[in-house]
Amino acid sequence: MSGQVEAPALREAAGRPRRAVRFSRRQLEPYALLAPAAIFMTLFFAWPAVQTLLIAFQKANGSWTLDNFGAMARDTDFRLALRNTLLVLVLIIPIETTIALLMAVLAQSRLFGRDVMLYIWSIPLAVSDLAAGLVWFSIFTSHGYLNSVLQDLHLIAHPVGFLDYNNLGGLVTAIVLAEVWRSMSLVMVIIMSGIQAIPPELDEAAESLGAGAWQRFWKVTLPLLKPTLQVALILRTTTAFQVFGVVLALAGSALPVLAVKSESWVTEYRNYQLAATYAILILVLSSLSTVGYLLFLRTPREVFQR
Amino acid sequence: MLLLILACGGTPAPSGGATASTQTDVGKVEFLSSQGQAVNEAEGMRKQVLAGFNGTTDFNTSLTGAQMVPKLLAEHQASKVDIDLVGDIHGDMVPLQAAGALQDLTPLLEKLQKDRKFNSQLVAYGKMGTQKQYYIPWLQATYMMVVNKKALQYLPKGADVSGLTYDQLAQWGENMLKGTGEKKIGIPAATGSRGGLLSRFLQGYVYPSYTGGEVTGFKSPEAVQAWQMVKRLWAVTNPQSTNYGFMQEPLQSGEVWVAWDHQARLIDALKNLPDQFQAVPAPSGPKGLGFMSVVAGLAIPVGAPNQKGAEALIDYLTRPDKQKKTTAVVGFFPVLSDVSVSGKDAPPGVGVEAEAAIKQTNAKKALPALLPVGLGAKDGEFSKTYFDTFTRIALHNEDIQTVLSDEAKLLQALLDTAKAHCWPPDPPSTGTCQVK
Amino acid sequence: MSAAIRRPRRRATPQRQLAYAAAGLITAFMLFPLYLIAVAALQPRTAVFDYPRALYPSPFSIESMAFFLNATGILPALGRSLVIGVMTVVLALALGCPAGYAVARYRFAGRDLVQLLIVSVRAFPILILAIPLAVTFINWNLYDSVLSVALVHTVMALPLTILLAASVFLRVPSELEEAAMSMGTSRFGAVWRIVLPLSRQGLGAAALFAFVLSWNEVFAAAVLTVRNPTLPAQIVGALGQSPLPFRFAGGLALTLPALVFIFFMRPYLFSAFGQARS
Repeated sequence: MSGQVEAPALREAAGRPRRAVRFSRRQLEPYALLAPAAIFMTLFFAWPAVQTLLIAFQKANGSWTLDNFGAMARDTDFRLALRNTLLVLVLIIPIETTIALLMAVLAQSRLFGRDVMLYIWSIPLAVSDLAAGLVWFSIFTSHGYLNSVLQDLHLIAHPVGFLDYNNLGGLVTAIVLAEVWRSMSLVMVIIMSGIQAIPPELDEAAESLGAGAWQRFWKVTLPLLKPTLQVALILRTTTAFQVFGVVLALAGSALPVLAVKSESWVTEYRNYQLAATYAILILVLSSLSTVGYLLFLRTPREVFQR
Repeated sequence: MLLLILACGGTPAPSGGATASTQTDVGKVEFLSSQGQAVNEAEGMRKQVLAGFNGTTDFNTSLTGAQMVPKLLAEHQASKVDIDLVGDIHGDMVPLQAAGALQDLTPLLEKLQKDRKFNSQLVAYGKMGTQKQYYIPWLQATYMMVVNKKALQYLPKGADVSGLTYDQLAQWGENMLKGTGEKKIGIPAATGSRGGLLSRFLQGYVYPSYTGGEVTGFKSPEAVQAWQMVKRLWAVTNPQSTNYGFMQEPLQSGEVWVAWDHQARLIDALKNLPDQFQAVPAPSGPKGLGFMSVVAGLAIPVGAPNQKGAEALIDYLTRPDKQKKTTAVVGFFPVLSDVSVSGKDAPPGVGVEAEAAIKQTNAKKALPALLPVGLGAKDGEFSKTYFDTFTRIALHNEDIQTVLSDEAKLLQALLDTAKAHCWPPDPPSTGTCQVK
Repeated sequence: MSAAIRRPRRRATPQRQLAYAAAGLITAFMLFPLYLIAVAALQPRTAVFDYPRALYPSPFSIESMAFFLNATGILPALGRSLVIGVMTVVLALALGCPAGYAVARYRFAGRDLVQLLIVSVRAFPILILAIPLAVTFINWNLYDSVLSVALVHTVMALPLTILLAASVFLRVPSELEEAAMSMGTSRFGAVWRIVLPLSRQGLGAAALFAFVLSWNEVFAAAVLTVRNPTLPAQIVGALGQSPLPFRFAGGLALTLPALVFIFFMRPYLFSAFGQARS
């Protein structure tokens, strides 16, 4: 991370007529501010990460190869894992973002008991995916809470197999619900930190111009939330590519996803080359999604920064 | 191979062995174990088994076997070992031995053998295909079935629950489906870190029972027959089985009534509801009753800080009385051939399992299958082949013959890479084992 | 903050009813699974397997919880988890605030690339890093220490801390800073006295995330602490393998301290709203 920092700075400085003085203090400042984090991440992340990634291009004996990528593509259920990962992600992200926006807006309105409500809404922040997987499994398993209630109400005669291997709808629903439950709070808190920062005068001005609540949300709040939403979406999408604990708990081998495959290659099959290859795929997909968000939600910094 | 759990109580061996004469404190022993991880088991190990050791033991179970291996390898690579004793299953010892991280314990074994009789097959496992002893056997176990007594009324006519064939098992499942409207058979087919042991069911039980071996008959006509049976069985198996890691849970919740698994993953059902469940041997097929035993061993890493303490602890843990106590705590069987855990004073659950294991071992058509031998680092991928074959045939409904010839190629590639010879019950090979 | 003078908003009644309904639904959705963990953890061991399952603990029993909490090593592990969490927060803020400030306030070459790199950290499955990291830590004599875990947790928490800090600083009008600087304060002084106090809530949220991430992180903690496991590592070692009743007890034991922590961090998350309404 630290490597690319210096050289482009010089190029940029040279290319800008406004900044006539080279090496001005102001220009070096950002790099100085970034340096501690960059050095830290190089030592504890980039260095081991590069070591690991190189494994994906090696055979077990250390010679260089691209075979691992072919082996990954031929791996049983590789395509299913890719499809399922994308499917789950495409469902989770919009659902949780929408509900989290709703929650943030509700939190703004003066509802009775709002403080308690907000506390409850942020609790899942603190629940590990292990505990989350456990409890959602106990809800959906065939002798679980959901079937207990349905059977008590005489709505069903036999337990419904929500998590049956051939019940794709049931499996995906359970996983999406559990993941949304687990991560919605995070998105809500990020969005709320963004809403907080919107100058209330803007909203009030819009209101005095006769804009309704809905209009104010669409025309004022949402556009100003763009940078915040960008952070939330990037963060959640990259983590959703790694959806793991909840899938393992709810679906086992019935719904292969990339992260579980990668983990299995480490812990069960002990083939680090293949595990690293899967890791690269996850990395590439996440990076693509991030670039997408950065392009499509490009924020006009000038609004904030003159 | 003989799984020597003798029903006769036999000679109670004296506690305290030849090497235990040193009563001096051997200091603190860092004992990293992948066995006894459950909170209740770890507490039992500390309070009931390790409490009498003349030294202190840090019985550490915070890592699963899959996490221990990378940790120990990393310590070995950096030559900074802080673990004195490793307790883990055979499969996890393989990569450690391959990396040269384990000590040769031959002298210790010779000393211990003066006053205790280790099961010789288990001792042979500990040599890992070499002349040296890389681990001392600690505990052994097998896989069997546990049956809810509610299921017995649906047994096919003329079937003996302790002597089932695979066809009868499938028929039983069909009867239960008809009678209850639910699929009541369960197999542990989950994946990942909480994974089930389905691949062992296929390698060590179904394949030997149908083809007489694990590997050579992988795509034989007999194997096709086996997979047809698996499909029939899967049709009456609880479809949530892809989610089951430890069968004791769906057994206790009533989601399944009949389940195959590792004995330590079944024992809670037998312990908690002894009147509801019974343990029975695995079914048999046309070639016999294929079954597999697993062993957990005690190994000392190269460079262990407290060598003396580790040796003393191995001595302590393999004494007959401590073996019996450990057995009761973790639900495995002892590795000494003169220690019995069945009969009147058997620990809860373990005794019932021991009886089923004895029936399994002594069955007329018993066909003991070994854990894969000589595959080294390819051990995990070997099991994956069986799991993938199941996934494609049973879950994705692909053509049996096509799948078998595809996966046979992968299997052969693994054998070739490892240069592994055939192991029993497959007939011995002159070179690398060949899938026929 | 100026939000304090925001005037009360009028709302149509049906709209408010709708809002209450939505809030109630969401609250129930959030609460119900937690309630079920508690029920399952506070039942006698065998009741976990009853079918149909009881929706309340009948009879109430703390047997599983008590056994679990009395098990060796839980309390020291709790202490270590707290220490690691606090170390992670301090490290992440100390490294993340300057970086976030740079991203927020400066236009510089490679800024988008920095953002991309920040995010790619979270995109990298930490599991795969275990071995090289363990070797590194062993070589540096950091292995199996609370510091080594805190370092890895900082790696994981830093990206979000930087991004949050950047978005927090972005929203402090730079005029305030420039005004202070025009009066002779250094940039550092302006940041220290103007920007940081105004960003307290946002940075509080960032700290909370770092702490919670550390609190719940299992894998690195499990591989890097063997003699000195954190609470999740201690529990998780047991969780995977323990009988179901203990898994629920462990799930509850992991969740409760975090609830307390969130309760105390709440003012930092939401105080801006509180000020506005009181």
